[in-house]
Amino acid sequence: MASTPAPRTLYQKIFDAHVVEQRDDGTALLYIDRHLVHEVTSPQAFDGLAAAGRRVRRPDLTLAVPDHNIPTTARADARGHRLPVADPQSAAQLDALRRNAPAFGIELIDDLAAEQGIVHVVGPEQGFTLPGTTVVCGDSHTASHGALGALGFGIGTSEVEHVLATQTLLLKRSKSLEVRVDGRLGPGVTPKDVALAIVARLTAAGGAGYVAEYTGSVFRDMSIEGRLTVCNMSIEAGARAGLVAPDDKTFAYLKDKPRSPKGADWDRAVAYWRTLASDPGAVYDKVVTIDAATIAPLVTWGTSPDDVVAITGIVPDPAALDDPARRAAAEKSLAYMGLTAGQRMQDVTVDRIFIGSCTNSRIEDLRAAAAVARGRHVAEGVKQALVVPGSGLVKRQAEAEGLDRIFLEAGFEWREPGCSMCLAMNPDKVPAGERCASTSNRNFVGRQGPGSRTHLLSPAMAAAAAVTGKLTDVREFA
Amino acid sequence: MRAIDTIAGKAYPLGRPNIDTDVIIPAHHLKTITREGLGQFAFETLRAEPGNVFDDPAYAGAPILIAGDNYGCGSSREHAAWAMADMGLQAVIAPSFSDIHAGNAFKNGILTVVLPQDQVDRLLEVAKDQPITIDLENQTVTTPYQDRFTFEIDPFRKDCLLRGLDEIGITLAMDDAIAAHEAKMQRDTPWIEGAARAA
Ligand code: SF4
Repeated sequence: MASTPAPRTLYQKIFDAHVVEQRDDGTALLYIDRHLVHEVTSPQAFDGLAAAGRRVRRPDLTLAVPDHNIPTTARADARGHRLPVADPQSAAQLDALRRNAPAFGIELIDDLAAEQGIVHVVGPEQGFTLPGTTVVCGDSHTASHGALGALGFGIGTSEVEHVLATQTLLLKRSKSLEVRVDGRLGPGVTPKDVALAIVARLTAAGGAGYVAEYTGSVFRDMSIEGRLTVCNMSIEAGARAGLVAPDDKTFAYLKDKPRSPKGADWDRAVAYWRTLASDPGAVYDKVVTIDAATIAPLVTWGTSPDDVVAITGIVPDPAALDDPARRAAAEKSLAYMGLTAGQRMQDVTVDRIFIGSCTNSRIEDLRAAAAVARGRHVAEGVKQALVVPGSGLVKRQAEAEGLDRIFLEAGFEWREPGCSMCLAMNPDKVPAGERCASTSNRNFVGRQGPGSRTHLLSPAMAAAAAVTGKLTDVREFA
Repeated sequence: MRAIDTIAGKAYPLGRPNIDTDVIIPAHHLKTITREGLGQFAFETLRAEPGNVFDDPAYAGAPILIAGDNYGCGSSREHAAWAMADMGLQAVIAPSFSDIHAGNAFKNGILTVVLPQDQVDRLLEVAKDQPITIDLENQTVTTPYQDRFTFEIDPFRKDCLLRGLDEIGITLAMDDAIAAHEAKMQRDTPWIEGAARAA
């Protein structure tokens, strides 16, 4: 009788199923099922292919969508003609994608298409991302796709070229990390708060070398959209990928999506997807557990995503840190952020609000923000409050539900989909010295524009900050 | 990728530690669409210093750079390697390199040579007026003064550089294995192939 195979984690199962060849030095040639391409990290890869006279091996497994550079203001004039992009370098990157995709036989969802959006919103929403697949993109937030039980991770431009040419990647296995969150989340505590709590707990480098799997009742109870938010921020804790085992919610989410399997294929697929959960007794290299009840609505105070504090808390005192390097870093952070130790987070006034990014721009995020904005108005001192849906389909859905009117009546701006104010590559920027309450994932120095100050928080808290003009405990709006 | 065997010529005697990728190519040059043309912006901030080695005609077009500890630290931007290749660099000699940058350099056909600090110091001295020779096959760095230093290199990388093979070329040679995997996918998980495009 054959011996029973050793129990494996979800990560190991997906990895094993994609090994084309195991090499002696410990690396494996891994097959890539899905490749998302955007305008920033692909031009040089296509250039390299052209120079070497190579073709794209599997254009049918590749999907191109512009998102980073694209302005979020109107894209076409009244007659439907594309408006020019003012920044010549952004325009050149967008044009390069527009040229390269058809030249290499790749489907392009371009700026004027209803399905255009941020790659990490588009992939799941299109059913392009499927459980058990390997998904790559020249972008670190490809970790998002793990929410559907896909192994998604970011790659560099040479790797983009390698995948285009060979549909494979050379990779070393990562260690596995279980992040278990059990119990019940308190009122006003959202998936974004869970994500921030995990990053704070692991620290910004704590997940390096690991692929995280999120387990426990909180993730079982969480919607797919919430899981996307949590997996999205895996990279903020240093983990290259984050996974949630696919379950009935995943299957319900994917059923009848434009690119998900249909008919007999669907039934076969679901039967296979049900085998993907980590086996009982599978051993993780590291386990971290968090009690859901301990997670409060959170906000960041510094310039690293693990600089997290409860909204009811105060700006921490660098002097309390023992490690001189960390103390110096915290002091620098506070100086950059224009905050003083001991200040109440709820007294911090904000200049701008950004509701969007691949972390929090899906329909549930917009509903949560609209629920707070409804019947209220953006506060006097707030210069701009942007709502940027993650895709054209999200935008359409929101408009069908009347969310756009709630936002517009409350004084928010309602924009076209894209990365927008998440990073300073398109016209949506936070000016130097200004403070932004943002639902995005990175609060790095200069991330939202040179000299910009970012506070990461949930969509509901961002809307609450918009109507009060300062960081606010969303529970007061219940 | 061009095959590397022997790299001989002038070397920029830079010698500083912690040359990060922002120094190699500043962030405001990242919005490009080609790998070419970044050489003119390489080491921009250092070039602003009077008397810097990069603008010294004595080293113009040198294929080798000699740097200090931790060369290429900072961001993972591959633009740094593209800029170096575009300015004609074929090798960098330093006591240590950032892992990611060394990988990026290799992917772009640039040899990274790790030598102990005292040997790097000696080469910095010699490079002021003499050429340096790097022999990849024999893994040596030599000077006209009979200095002869040996270095270690990963055998896979050495082979790729010697034969001018890029990783893509090597993987493409494994086409049978890739095709076999695709056949298995067709059989076991046909929906992965069938569904990527909207019906
Ligand atoms: S929304 Fe922000 S984090 Fe997400 S892909 Fe765009 S730039 Fe990157």
